Amino acid sequence: MELSTNTETGLAVKEDNSSIETAQYIVLRLGEEQYGINIQSIDNIVRMQTITRIPKMPDYLLGVINMRGEVIPVVSMRLKMGLDKGEITKQTRIIVLKLEQEGNVGFLVDEVKEVVTLTSNEIESLTYQSQEEKSGLISAVGKHNGELISLVDLNAVSLEGN
Amino acid sequence: MDVSQYLEIFLDETKEHLQNLNTRILELEADPEGTDTINEIFRAAHSLKGMAGTMGYKRMQNLTHDMENVFSEVRNGTIKVKPEMIDVLFQCLDALEGYTENIQNSADEGTNDNEVLIKALNDIMKNKNGDSAVATDAADTSNKSSAAGAVSSSGDIAVKWDGISLDDSQVSVIKAAKTQGKNVYGINVLIQENCILKAARAFLVFKAVEELAEIIVSDPSAQDVEDEKFDRDFTLIVISDGSLEAVIKAAEGVSEIEKVVGAPIVLENNVHYKEMAVVETEEPKEEKQSSPKADVAAAGAAPAPAKNETKKQTLAKPVVNRTVRVDIEKLDSLMNLVSELIIAKNSLVSVSSQEQQVNTNTAFNEQIEYIEQVTTNLHESVMKVRMVPIESVVNKFPRMIRDLSKKLDKKMELYMSGEETELDRTVVDEIGDPLMHLLRNAADHGLESAEVRAQRGKPAVGSIFLDAYQDGNNVVIEVRDDGNGIDVEAVKKKAIERGSITAEQAVTMTDKEIINLLFLPSFSTAQKVTDVSGRGVGLDVVKSKIESLSGEVEVKSKLGEGSTWTIRLPLTLAIIQALMVVVGDEKYAISLGSIQTLENIPPQDVKLVQNREVINLRGTVIPLIRLGDVLDIENRKSKEEDLIVVIVKKGDKRAGLVIDELIGQQEIVIKTLGRYIKQCKFISGATILGDGEIALILDTNALI
Repeated sequence: MELSTNTETGLAVKEDNSSIETAQYIVLRLGEEQYGINIQSIDNIVRMQTITRIPKMPDYLLGVINMRGEVIPVVSMRLKMGLDKGEITKQTRIIVLKLEQEGNVGFLVDEVKEVVTLTSNEIESLTYQSQEEKSGLISAVGKHNGELISLVDLNAVSLEGN
Repeated sequence: MDVSQYLEIFLDETKEHLQNLNTRILELEADPEGTDTINEIFRAAHSLKGMAGTMGYKRMQNLTHDMENVFSEVRNGTIKVKPEMIDVLFQCLDALEGYTENIQNSADEGTNDNEVLIKALNDIMKNKNGDSAVATDAADTSNKSSAAGAVSSSGDIAVKWDGISLDDSQVSVIKAAKTQGKNVYGINVLIQENCILKAARAFLVFKAVEELAEIIVSDPSAQDVEDEKFDRDFTLIVISDGSLEAVIKAAEGVSEIEKVVGAPIVLENNVHYKEMAVVETEEPKEEKQSSPKADVAAAGAAPAPAKNETKKQTLAKPVVNRTVRVDIEKLDSLMNLVSELIIAKNSLVSVSSQEQQVNTNTAFNEQIEYIEQVTTNLHESVMKVRMVPIESVVNKFPRMIRDLSKKLDKKMELYMSGEETELDRTVVDEIGDPLMHLLRNAADHGLESAEVRAQRGKPAVGSIFLDAYQDGNNVVIEVRDDGNGIDVEAVKKKAIERGSITAEQAVTMTDKEIINLLFLPSFSTAQKVTDVSGRGVGLDVVKSKIESLSGEVEVKSKLGEGSTWTIRLPLTLAIIQALMVVVGDEKYAISLGSIQTLENIPPQDVKLVQNREVINLRGTVIPLIRLGDVLDIENRKSKEEDLIVVIVKKGDKRAGLVIDELIGQQEIVIKTLGRYIKQCKFISGATILGDGEIALILDTNALI
């Protein structure tokens, strides 16, 4: 689903003038869509590695990996966003986020593209009415070089840990 | 010099002295004439006072000073030790513990002066031979006041100038200044926490203020401030022609000053709040007040800010980390092992760089063996460093039993043995509450009242035993009493009443099963609810706590003769011996501690009982659990092959876990799955294998 169509089909977009600061975002790809995660909350990005499955866990919780001696749970961002499971390719990466409450959590994404700097007027926060699950994770949309990047709300990510 | 670096040592030693005092005063109560004991108490109180003074904790120093005075009189024989006095002294120790806790949490002793206690101590001094009813009375109220004090103890600096004691000349100077139309201000200066040269900053503040005003009083005294004998703030009373703002600005002008608060002094009136002005020089820190605006608003309603601050401070992280005191010898052996490890590494490097291929393999193996040996020793040494004697926990129990004995009006004595038994630090920290609970239970429900004891021909003084000893890889702690024991019939009746079991079930249950009902949540058989125990929260908490430490708790009881509670704990939590197994294509670890045997079972030996698979192993029927089904893995083995069964035990229960393959025994390091995975049945953690892969650790207790 293209993000631009989202705007037309029920997502209200509001101007946010509260601050004029810039922030850096890591841009990642899931299928055809682009998402951004604030670089401040990223601990590490690692290549795909063996994920040890944990029984009796929800689908999106793929298992745990070993990152330098630390056991870190890995979540499939595709399943979390309501996409299909997808395939593991050479570009597949695990982005390790440091969440305040839950410690480090890895997110499996299709590709990590670049780092962009967004000023606050390039970011439009959403007041969504959509019932779709995935919209709950998106706090705002960033505009960069004519493309739209959905910015992931980390509070939402951490809140809905199982 | 900055004293904050000594804070840890101070706290450690204070706790030691307090513990010592607790024990000694107990001894004193038993033997009021013991000169050695009194001397020891005096010494401990004296060191405590000295340390508190050096660290600048005035209130703590005052209290210990007065205690010391009492001890000194006792030592000289002018005061006789009385039960009431012992009570007051114990309350003083509690108050001191309160200070220590405050200091640990916020590096500040709080604002509770414990005046009532000090008065009680002074009363003891005064009525050297008189009745001390006053003292107990006063001490009783002190409990309340210390509770109230704890709420408001927040280092609220705003009103400190009201607390300064002024002598007559100072009062007259202030009065004179006022009649001359000059302004008198109270000012409190708070220096930043990380400031290194506090005395120098204070000196600059003094200088800056002196340009505008005349300093008449300083608390602590100017000399003390110069010698850095103050915590983080000091209070001045100044006379000035200028405005308050000007004086505050001057003080603020000095760098590394966090906050300056001031208000005009009104001698007759203690309430300054209305005119208070707060000016902050820096971005407020998180645990400090949020904004000047809020301050002024809060100042209007006097109790409000104090409450707020306390709340924030309790949220803040304690300023001192937990520490373990380590024997130098243990550290030395660690150092030696690490150097050996380095040597081994170097040898490996040199072996791999050798050119002849022929010898490399054997040399390589030799080095691997060497490294293996070193790491095993290293592991043992590190474990030893983490081990602390349970003494630190159990030492507070004699005092507790004494208090309980008074409260319940039962005579009892606690006998302890094996306090030197060592356990992992994390376990020792957690074991205190469950033990305390079992002891309270023993004192309250276990021991009978004096009349009943007399009827049964038991000694009037009830005995409670606390024994600890090491048993293989476990530590066993037993809480035993010679009281009534558990009344199985009463438990049964209660359980039926509560609907935990049906009457039919009750008939078939063994005594042991019935007693185990006690561990169910909200199950209490106490006839009356006392504030010591009997609210039905407890034994289930004890059980879950012990189990969370991978331990077990068991109870044996004989009606009329007493009961024994046995806690069995693993020596350490971080590293365990485990059996590695394969299920499907996944690897799992099972703690060796819970494994009884490994069996090969032909498929035809598996029988069905109530539609569950069981095996008959040497006369015992054991249910089978196919791990593949439980963990959603497809078993690889065909049905005709023999089953590999791991027999695991949990207390008296057994179960057979069906696995596909055995890998072998291995020492594994336990890692948590992280907080994101909050609840995971069957899995108690993970471990990292030699090849970097992760294997999950099965929680067999949850499976059975």
